[in-house]
Amino acid sequence: MSYVYFPGCSLKSTGRAYEESMVAVFAAIDQPLSELADWNCCGATAYMAISELKALALSARNLALAERQCQNAQKAEIVVPCAACYLGLNKANHYLSENGEVRGKIDQALKSARLEYSGRVRVRHPLDVLVNDIGLEKISARIKRPLTGIKVACYYGCQLVRPYAEFDDQHRPMTMDKLMTALGAEVVDWPIKTRCCGGSLTGTVPEVGQRLSYILLREAQKRGCQVIATACPLCQFNLECYQPEISRRYGEKIDISVAYFTQLIGLAFGLPQRQLGLHRLFVSVREPKLAPLAVEGSHVG
Amino acid sequence: MNKWQGWRKIRYESELNPEFSSEIASIPGGDKLFSCIQCGTCSGMCPLSHYMDFTPRQIIAMIRAGLKGDVLSSYTTWLCASCYSCTVECPKEIKITEVMYAAKRLAIHEGVYPKRFPIPVLAGEFFKAVERSGRSSESWLLVWLYLKTNPLKMLGQAGLGLKLWLRGRLSLKKESIKHKDELHRILKALEKEYMVKRKEDLTPVEGRAA
Repeated sequence: MSYVYFPGCSLKSTGRAYEESMVAVFAAIDQPLSELADWNCCGATAYMAISELKALALSARNLALAERQCQNAQKAEIVVPCAACYLGLNKANHYLSENGEVRGKIDQALKSARLEYSGRVRVRHPLDVLVNDIGLEKISARIKRPLTGIKVACYYGCQLVRPYAEFDDQHRPMTMDKLMTALGAEVVDWPIKTRCCGGSLTGTVPEVGQRLSYILLREAQKRGCQVIATACPLCQFNLECYQPEISRRYGEKIDISVAYFTQLIGLAFGLPQRQLGLHRLFVSVREPKLAPLAVEGSHVG
Repeated sequence: MNKWQGWRKIRYESELNPEFSSEIASIPGGDKLFSCIQCGTCSGMCPLSHYMDFTPRQIIAMIRAGLKGDVLSSYTTWLCASCYSCTVECPKEIKITEVMYAAKRLAIHEGVYPKRFPIPVLAGEFFKAVERSGRSSESWLLVWLYLKTNPLKMLGQAGLGLKLWLRGRLSLKKESIKHKDELHRILKALEKEYMVKRKEDLTPVEGRAA
């Protein structure tokens, strides 16, 4: 089946590498993705602070468009890589099915633009799709350069697992850990993997927001982590781009690569660095060695 | 005021707003607010509580008591990064993050949020951009934010901007959707509905305030 892909604003600018690597990985496993035509902002956190109904309506328009795009398909599933968009669309789905008052108002608003939404679309995160639909077996079969010897900390952040834990445990998620282990990486034990990165506070109130990022980076560095794998463009931005400022602010040199988990899959697949947007990172990721070729029929005794 | 008195203010009954708790509780599932047992789990889970002027637990108590002015002008709601740590642990299933959002909306609606504080300004600029074009253009959003709060700070971020630019991560293109009219019609239908329920529809409950 084909998935509808919802990029959201970040994946077209600061998080471009996330889009590039995700598209490349899905292509490598022959899984078609079709971008949602004329998608709009999901309504995110900042919008929610002004009008709840309008934020939900923004997401509802996307869901209605996705439903239309999947009209003839058996299932309607939308893949949403940004954690904030993922929550926004998911929240709209939950509110529309659980609250009659919200449903009535949103339906009417959609109707004024000749749109309707029946509630059929399932909101999915690419991490969930890759591990639970495609499966680790199929992913492992595609590995050309296992990430052997690379110490990875798996960062889930907040809105991927909270408040709705759709595909993993809320307190101790393991989906990405399992994926990274399958890629050959060494996953470091880093219990704060769902702690907040500071969100937009890193820019608006840096003395508070950057402290939150610093806590994550410091604890990862202490554990010998070389790469933090992220699943959200804001988490990636915060943990990577403020590293020089954080190092100055807290008097500790922080130097860790922060990559999207899709970039690491692509690396293990042996896809070209540029295709994965690795040239867009501030701290580059060490390229893994090519695995010894397994010759079919040969027997290693 | 003596130093040891800190931020604590004495409020008399005449200063309380009995409608306030119902206004906040009008969000979907908001009624659970009244079952709060003041256990403090929310404040314990919150990674930002020690930067706040009131902890989340205090905010809930203040909402129930009707301390409208103090809640809406506090920094607490704006420092909430909506990570939902409190919400998922609350033993009474109060959607604390959504309560914080409701307080933010009321504060903006009534114009009582802390002025020139970057967070509400960011929310406002984001809202306007999306209302206009359906998408947010990240780079322009940041430019407006700095101009409106602290233009000098923008210079400090020039280095970061350049690094992003060189890596193709900063786009000056103004993003927009094609069917703006469609979106405008949807949003217009919800004009003035900053909350799910309107203030006029609320019935203040006597004695409900803690």
